[in-house]
Amino acid sequence: MDFLAPTSWAEALETKAAHPDALPVAGGTDVMVELNFDHRRPAALLDLTRVPELQEWSRDAGRIRLGAGVTYSRVITELGGALPGLAMAARTVGSPQIRNRGTVGGNLGAASPAGDSHPALLAAFAEVEIASVRGTRVVPVAEFFTGVKRSVLEADELIAAVRVTPPAGPQQFCKIGTRNAMVIAVSAFGFALHPDRRVVGTGIGSAAPTPRPAPEAAAFLAGELEAAGLWDSRGPLPEGLATDFGRRVRDAAAPIDDVRGSAAYRLHALSVMARRAATWAWDSYRDENRSAAA
Amino acid sequence: MRIELTVNGTRREADDVWEGESLLYALRERLGLPGSKNACEQGECGSCTVYLDGTPVCACLVAAGQAQGREVTTVEGLAGEELDPVQQAFVEKGAVQCGFCTPGFLMSTKDLLERNPEPTDPEIREALAGNLCRCTGYEKILDAVRAAAVAKR
Repeated sequence: MDFLAPTSWAEALETKAAHPDALPVAGGTDVMVELNFDHRRPAALLDLTRVPELQEWSRDAGRIRLGAGVTYSRVITELGGALPGLAMAARTVGSPQIRNRGTVGGNLGAASPAGDSHPALLAAFAEVEIASVRGTRVVPVAEFFTGVKRSVLEADELIAAVRVTPPAGPQQFCKIGTRNAMVIAVSAFGFALHPDRRVVGTGIGSAAPTPRPAPEAAAFLAGELEAAGLWDSRGPLPEGLATDFGRRVRDAAAPIDDVRGSAAYRLHALSVMARRAATWAWDSYRDENRSAAA
Repeated sequence: MRIELTVNGTRREADDVWEGESLLYALRERLGLPGSKNACEQGECGSCTVYLDGTPVCACLVAAGQAQGREVTTVEGLAGEELDPVQQAFVEKGAVQCGFCTPGFLMSTKDLLERNPEPTDPEIREALAGNLCRCTGYEKILDAVRAAAVAKR
């Protein structure tokens, strides 16, 4: 096995092009488990922790560009205000030790259906910036995942960053596990209100072969809010609307039975999480109005 | 491959490090520092917690090569002439049963109290969420953390 440790982004891309079978490693919270348990023996490890460009985040034309190597701990402390949904998801990751190492880029690279970042990124309509020596391309998160632990990444490509627009409305993240800390989600749900565009964002985790949005449910809720004039009036949600939304989110999932939970439980949990997330977010949206009027 | 790093303030070298090896293995088996414990090897139990450039991490999830040139502090580096106040509090409160998880709890507790000298109970529980005690001696551990916070003031 080779251990490749580039110290610049240009060198990292050249190294990946020269060693397409090298396994990128950042925080190691997924990769090292696979090595420790002999589940994987890559030809080489490509250590990305010495690439300074990956450890930075910046504001660019009103968007946040989050370097792939920014840890969950930093998302929580530095971006809790700008990216609230992602920060809520980050707070549910593992433990302090794991959040100090795990990165959003690494989460995407592993492409687990249970990755905690993914529902929040889906609900925020985030984009993944992918690079190689051939150039850079930008892929919506909803199109990034292609199967269980599979993504659109080509063998010579690396994840450079995630691009997210700070929200115009409230965001929520819910995760069900057997305890609060150190769990892989049984199922998870990300939710965002985008009142500037009168759109709803959704993200389903751990309840399908890939993380996925629930576009029909999102369009239904946004349409009902529009029809009742609620985006402007910020009145209370009509009775049953959040429940109906939850059912439609549930219908967008395709879970399996596994050691963490049954498909039936996951479906039920999703409908409850989606109802609660929509209600909580809508209550925050109404509160914003009340504080603005006060 | 060879790695060079600073461990507990001393420059150390290890030869014949396998490229896929963890920092935990290198510390225990190549550098003679068995204080960091090897249990789950998947970041669940926290018994291998060390500081990497001052930040608590699970040494089992750091590739040894990632620690090249970095500063590592292990439980062996906590005590000076006397025990660290956190260690002393664990002794006095009987927060040690079999002792296997203790190094990890000490590292997490010391880090917590440096960031937050007067933690509430929920804050202590959150800070220690990545450390498991299979003896289930959590009540005494919480007592020790509270006592260490008082002692450090």
